[in-house]
Amino acid sequence: MSDHTPEELMVAVAAREIADGELVFVGMRLPVLAFAVARSLHAPTALGLYEVGLMRAAPAEAFLGTMGDPPNVVGALWATRMSNVMALLAQGLVDLGFIGGAEVDRFGNLNTSYIGDFHRPEVKLPGSGGGADIAILSRRWVTLMSHERRRLVERVSYVTSPGHGDGSPGWRKRTGLPGGGPSAIVTTLGVFRFPAEGGEAYLASVHPGHTVAEVRAETGWDLRVAPEIGETPSPTRDELAQIRRFDPDGFWTRRRSLPQLP
Amino acid sequence: MREAIGRHVRDGMSVAMSCSLEPLVPFAAGHEIIRQGRRDLDLVAPISDSLFDQLIGAGCARRITAAWAGNVSEGLGHNYRRAAERGIPGMLEIHDHSNFSISLALWAAAWGSPYIPTRTLLGSDIVTSNPGISVVGGFVRVPAVKPDLAILHVQRADVDGRAHAWGPLGIAEEAALAAGAVILSCEELVDEAVTLSDPNRVLVPENKVVAVVHEPGGAHPAPVQGHWLRDHAFMRDYAERSRSREGFEAWLEEWVLGVPDRAAYLRKLGDTGGIAIRHHRLSAPVDYGGE
Repeated sequence: MSDHTPEELMVAVAAREIADGELVFVGMRLPVLAFAVARSLHAPTALGLYEVGLMRAAPAEAFLGTMGDPPNVVGALWATRMSNVMALLAQGLVDLGFIGGAEVDRFGNLNTSYIGDFHRPEVKLPGSGGGADIAILSRRWVTLMSHERRRLVERVSYVTSPGHGDGSPGWRKRTGLPGGGPSAIVTTLGVFRFPAEGGEAYLASVHPGHTVAEVRAETGWDLRVAPEIGETPSPTRDELAQIRRFDPDGFWTRRRSLPQLP
Repeated sequence: MREAIGRHVRDGMSVAMSCSLEPLVPFAAGHEIIRQGRRDLDLVAPISDSLFDQLIGAGCARRITAAWAGNVSEGLGHNYRRAAERGIPGMLEIHDHSNFSISLALWAAAWGSPYIPTRTLLGSDIVTSNPGISVVGGFVRVPAVKPDLAILHVQRADVDGRAHAWGPLGIAEEAALAAGAVILSCEELVDEAVTLSDPNRVLVPENKVVAVVHEPGGAHPAPVQGHWLRDHAFMRDYAERSRSREGFEAWLEEWVLGVPDRAAYLRKLGDTGGIAIRHHRLSAPVDYGGE
């Protein structure tokens, strides 16, 4: 029996993506925790941006159900309008963004809008929020999602937040997207990364207790695996302590099922 | 509120609400719109938390012009799904945006520009599914969105429509500047000596404001800095009960149609000790001396 939940591992992995000194577009849900963990441990001078209109250094001390919760304003460095936060993103000043996804494809394109034809969708998902903006304008970004065959698909039916487009080298540059695109997909089973020039995601590590065969079975495309695939390091005791400090009741990391697709 | 909505909200209008993202959502105004049976509204927002889901389920909306509509802590909007997927309770037109692009669309209207060119949305299918957005010369053209009305909840306002709001503001300013008119609801109705003591904090030019409603608790279950935390349990209960159409109808009867006004809603809510903010943090005053 593992001493952590899949969500706690994802938060720890996401936190490790944040380097000290970076400006991070934090987003919602698990990344809010990841930023809090990183800032408390290895990235003490990272700054967090929240599209609601906030910049923070130290993470909020109280539990956050959303980025707009009042404890996230207490101790903020800047409380402002959303377009000011987007200005920093548009100028290329955001090092790393986090985006939630319902569906992702092999080139890291995200769909959070429509499953099926958008004229008559099978499932209407909530939409972009700031996802498309982060995907296009941040220097690099990471997405977190539950690893299921219906979510990791060959091609998404609708590109809300573009990754590496059609997967051809230089697609982002040719299409005029300023940011560098996705650098990792963190799932409940493993971590995918991308070649430096963009293109197709490859499996870089598998989480403890899982196998490449299992990842392959739950991935909707012909999986590419790194030659030297490793095991994702489990959350350290320090990481777990921080996660549980910022999510004391397990609202985000110890619920039986996270609210997502039906 | 009854008078403000009755007088200023007409069927078929475009209405910007829920402009500060999660905080300051004008739920009381939305519920009054539902009670008065307004139809065919074009609802404009970045994200609306669950307010748009309720308005859609109640049959008030014809179009959603937004970046996101659902329930921020709980995920999907079940009424939004039923309407978009199956036309229940009615067909819904969707004008997709991102948070940045809806802000730009409102700034364009606020500045009297037909559109704003931007690099955001390049490579996104939003430029395909939103009929007004196009790519010209390597830039995305985000056309102006000019709401007939913006409805904002704020911490305090005076009777002449000078509003003070603080905390993150989302797109409240551009929505108010772009809109033809503004309705304010406020936690506290204060004397102009309070609002005019800090004119930098006045959110909206008063000549845009057509109604000020003193409506304490008017954003519940959304948070209000200095007053209310977000009521996550209430949001979760709504998400659970709105999974089925029947469940939503029962919820709507209980919390909206069967409740005459916000005061009665708050009495029904009962003990709000768990969400009332108790530790107040006052900012330092500033010196506006000028002579």
